[in-house]
Amino acid sequence: MEFKHKHIIALRDLNKAEIELLLSTAENMREVNSRDIKKVPTLRGKTIINLFYEASTRTRTSFELAGKRLSADTVNISTSTSSSTKGETLSDTALNLLAMKPDIIVMRHSVSGSHYYLANKINCSIINAGDGAHEHPSQGLLDMLTMKDKFGRLDGLKVAIVGDIAHSRVARSNIQGLTKLGSSVYLAGPPTMMPPGVERLGNVTVCATMKEAIQDADVVMMLRIQQERQGKTLMPNAREYSRYFGLNPENVKWAKPNAMVMHPGPINRGVEMSSFVVDGDQSWILKQVENGVAVRMSMLYHVCGGELE
Amino acid sequence: MNLLIKGGRVIDPSQGIDEVLDLVVENGVVKEIGTGLAAPAGAEVVDAAGRYVVPGLIDMHVHLRDPGLEYKEDIVSGTKAAVAGGFTSVCCMPNTKPVIDNKAVASYIITKAKVEGCCNVFPIGSITQGMAGERLAEMGELKETGCVAVSDDGKPVANAELMRRALEYARGIGIMVISHAEEPALVGAGTMNEGYTSTELGLKGIPRVAEDIATARDVMLAEYTNSPVHIAHVSTKGSVRLIREAKARGVKVTCETAPHYFTLTDDAVRGYNTNAKMNPPLREADDVAAIKAGLADGTIDCIATDHAPHHLDEKDMEFNEALNGIVGLETSLPLSLQLVRDGVLTFQQMVERMSCNPANILSLGRGSLKAGTPADITVIDPDAEWTVEPEKLASKSKNSPWLGAKMKGCAVCTVVGGKIAFNRKA
Repeated sequence: MEFKHKHIIALRDLNKAEIELLLSTAENMREVNSRDIKKVPTLRGKTIINLFYEASTRTRTSFELAGKRLSADTVNISTSTSSSTKGETLSDTALNLLAMKPDIIVMRHSVSGSHYYLANKINCSIINAGDGAHEHPSQGLLDMLTMKDKFGRLDGLKVAIVGDIAHSRVARSNIQGLTKLGSSVYLAGPPTMMPPGVERLGNVTVCATMKEAIQDADVVMMLRIQQERQGKTLMPNAREYSRYFGLNPENVKWAKPNAMVMHPGPINRGVEMSSFVVDGDQSWILKQVENGVAVRMSMLYHVCGGELE
Repeated sequence: MNLLIKGGRVIDPSQGIDEVLDLVVENGVVKEIGTGLAAPAGAEVVDAAGRYVVPGLIDMHVHLRDPGLEYKEDIVSGTKAAVAGGFTSVCCMPNTKPVIDNKAVASYIITKAKVEGCCNVFPIGSITQGMAGERLAEMGELKETGCVAVSDDGKPVANAELMRRALEYARGIGIMVISHAEEPALVGAGTMNEGYTSTELGLKGIPRVAEDIATARDVMLAEYTNSPVHIAHVSTKGSVRLIREAKARGVKVTCETAPHYFTLTDDAVRGYNTNAKMNPPLREADDVAAIKAGLADGTIDCIATDHAPHHLDEKDMEFNEALNGIVGLETSLPLSLQLVRDGVLTFQQMVERMSCNPANILSLGRGSLKAGTPADITVIDPDAEWTVEPEKLASKSKNSPWLGAKMKGCAVCTVVGGKIAFNRKA
């Protein structure tokens, strides 16, 4: 099967077969990451620019390693070193970068949809490393790969996502991807953090309580609470939030005994998750990070027109 | 210049006229309507067979961007767009630079429009000085200078006490207050309608209740102070319901909507289309239905465009950063004619909402073809099909959600003060 998309901006834009292809390539890429010499020549001579308009450690490093392990040349630009602070438009910045002939621009931007805007302007591939509250497709894919690692399938899984769904691009990408592959998604969070009509995005159920969402779940995914954002009007404080929507060794028992616990990071320990769960036996959080590199290798490979051998 | 507009179907709701007649214009005013009229000496003859002849259309809500923002639009280009769209009068909002909050700016606009403009321009002064929402503007002098209303359009008057006093003070002056009804705290950093589409696109929403609350507040203030108020650009079913109820109990409230609110839903934003970004935002299908019902039953008095030109550089960018607003003068008539074709309005009702009613609400002395009124006349071809092409728009700005769209109906001849201001080339 050939991957026909030039860009990967949202899992919303991909069908089931395309998502499965990205996941199965990622499974193969993992072998490279376990070698002594973690490098294959697949993207030799390709240039990748990681253009990050928002702070990121995990995602940027992961994309950089993914590119390097495929032998591409990768360059990182983050806001502090870009010319956006000088008032240059996104379009101008991108066109200037394009003049240096990159093959792929991996971008993170705070405005939802900016990647579509850019895709109309420039002719290299664009991969979305997170846009506003819209999507974070590489995170969605790595989460799905991690679930597949444990259960061998995504079809029929009950996945609970708990937290600020309204502002979460991670939640949107997971909802788009998981429901296309046959999982059922259950959402919980204060109503202040639940976006209208979210159940229409796919096989999605909005739950009144955290218990309802994680009851008998195969996967419990906790979202980061950003206290600087949600602290204003969406919740009283972290203490009360944690009391009703934090995952701890007691309420994690509502899920299936072999349920996996996930978090996209960075974690506020003691707010959305207690340290006992973060570091406990059911936690797959570091496996998510590990899978992130393989998933991003797969994405880079496919937008470059790669075919699976 | 004298005119004979011959053989058109004359529709003048102000006189209950709807028949094929001739119309004679002499010395800038309507002289006579009847059958078999002879052309006065030296008159130009306009063959209006198969056309509608109506009182000149009036757009009571436009942004001409002059003074200060002429790179978007100016009085010349804006009035060219107006007459091309069939409008003989426009009322321009005060969010210019500087703001129309004093006699000097209002005089500049009136003078420039008289000398260089293609149609009548009636400025709307601001409610508050500098539109800062703190102190009332000099409404008395604004009215004396020629302003026909006051509004802080683009910015709601957030302070309810100030709005109360504005309504009272304006009643004393005899000038209409036009409210941009939105509760700013509920609008927040929203960039589109809050609903399923905003959830899917990950854009911050503006809930419909942000408009409803402000409409309710201003209707209640109008009722309490026994003052008239006009609600601008109604976009929600909640606002329509509130205004309908208020009218039924005798509150002096009038309102307008814009063609985009009865034509488009927030689906138009998909693809992060900045030409579908405006304030208030495009709503949902049930709002569109309510707007149409409000137009049909007279709850909504006027169709106004909220013509809001913006430069390409202010629209060609990430969605959140793009400015609010679209141009509307040249697409309003065909979109309103669609309501007639769809049976929402009769042709007469459309003319009322686009000419008679705005004229009456703002006391413009127009909106009629009665003998002796200024000869502002629009000749309409309801069936002409055309495509919205940016290079053919008279407006300086091209920020329309209908670029490339097919339209049906247009003005073929626009007469302002007895002079042909626009003649569509075949």
